Amino acid sequence: MLPLNRTAIAGIGQTSFSKASGRSELQLAAEASLAAIRDAGLRPADIDGMVTFTHDTNDELQLQTALGIPEMLWAIRTPLGGSGACASIHAAAAAVASGAANHVLVYRAFNERSGRRFGQPTNGGFSETSLPPRTNFSFGLDTAAKIYALWYQRYMHHYGVTNEDLGRYVVIAREHAATNPAAWFYQRPITLADHQASRWIVEPMLRLLDCCQESDGGVALVVTSLERARDLPQRLVRIAGASQSHLAGGDILFDYHRADPGEYPEAKAVSTHLWRQSGLGPADMDAAMIYENFSPVVFMLLEAHGFCKPGEAKDFIKSREIALGGQLPVNTHGGLLGEAYIHGMNSITEGVRQVRGSSPNQVKDARNIFVTSGRSALILSSD
Amino acid sequence: MRDDDAFWAAVDEGRLIAQRCLDCGTLRYPLLPMCGHCQSLAWEEHPLSGRGQVYAWLVSQHPTKADDSPRTVLLVDLAEGLRIVSNLAGGGPAEIGMPVHVSFTQVEGRTFHQFHPDTKDS
Repeated sequence: MLPLNRTAIAGIGQTSFSKASGRSELQLAAEASLAAIRDAGLRPADIDGMVTFTHDTNDELQLQTALGIPEMLWAIRTPLGGSGACASIHAAAAAVASGAANHVLVYRAFNERSGRRFGQPTNGGFSETSLPPRTNFSFGLDTAAKIYALWYQRYMHHYGVTNEDLGRYVVIAREHAATNPAAWFYQRPITLADHQASRWIVEPMLRLLDCCQESDGGVALVVTSLERARDLPQRLVRIAGASQSHLAGGDILFDYHRADPGEYPEAKAVSTHLWRQSGLGPADMDAAMIYENFSPVVFMLLEAHGFCKPGEAKDFIKSREIALGGQLPVNTHGGLLGEAYIHGMNSITEGVRQVRGSSPNQVKDARNIFVTSGRSALILSSD
Repeated sequence: MRDDDAFWAAVDEGRLIAQRCLDCGTLRYPLLPMCGHCQSLAWEEHPLSGRGQVYAWLVSQHPTKADDSPRTVLLVDLAEGLRIVSNLAGGGPAEIGMPVHVSFTQVEGRTFHQFHPDTKDS
């Protein structure tokens, strides 16, 4: 039995990020997984555990057979969509720390643009409710943008955050994407005027450019013990902290029934756990990868995790402290808006690259990277 | 059998209800099978006043189908301290803090609750 912080991410892999992959989701999973296994200096036969999202359509045993993994000792899925992205690494680290498995493959792969689009209404609303109306879909909350915008409205209302303020984050994310060859928006930066000219998706909260992409692609990582990772070829990336928090009354979509939905109490709790586990604090973090299905989440999480005081994220972002060279560079890959939306897993791989020193937008002397998906988060460290 | 059956059955009769725990009296909405305060399974319907204030709102463009007309979605803070998702009767913009009251409407053969801005007469 190891402490959780004696585990490491030894390998990362990804497919190209596109709008039409032209191949099956299983193939994307297999390609990303093989890349991660090889990156770790391992062979498929070394893998003895798997973790993916409950949302993932790829069957573990099919992926196992495709990769030629003879036997697995551990397979588990993590809930709560993108907010659980970091929980997948937490689950893999827990398996390694407990001795249940030695080399755990974590994967997420989908055709989320050419296949089933998360951004499109998937419920028939009024017309589909031939049975008694059951959910909030029936009242017109039929896309993620609308469902979350009610939450964002309370945050923006409370702190006087405007859509233009949101745009200042998006400009920086797209700046980072513009110099990341893997990003869909590589070499395509935008201005604040471009952001403000993009069409409203949910007026007056979200414009088109506040929304993450819908992407086809796969991402995979290999988690093992710190000791084992020392024998493998890549620079060491220790999981210095891994935590989740799930509070009573919460909901990953219709999170409306708590006192102030404009707060993110799970994120506050998660970072408290992480600082305790790691002995580190916000000032020790050299960069942060922040899950943003929509731009307001970056503001809320910067504050909830203690990088800014409540209401101050808009000024922190306006003064470009989140850009390369700033106090806390954020989403150096371009984020889910700029690089791709692989359900937050591509933000974890960027955290790994920063610790290794191999990011296309490398933060100088990066030692500790904060990776958050809200209800779960990680600290990745070089020592 | 679903946990919200009683809620929609009441809406069909033009009533807005929450649950009240029979052991500790705690009100709850949305409907759940157990009281999170005292873990009791015993509950009764609690009639709601249908009065409250807009807590948040948005205009849902082309809901469901591209040619559907926009609907205004409301989060209403009810007088009883519960919050409910509904629509603004007649659509159009709303305002945070706007006092509203409930009514019931038929859409495609189903009964839905909706809210109206209070006027002097309401």
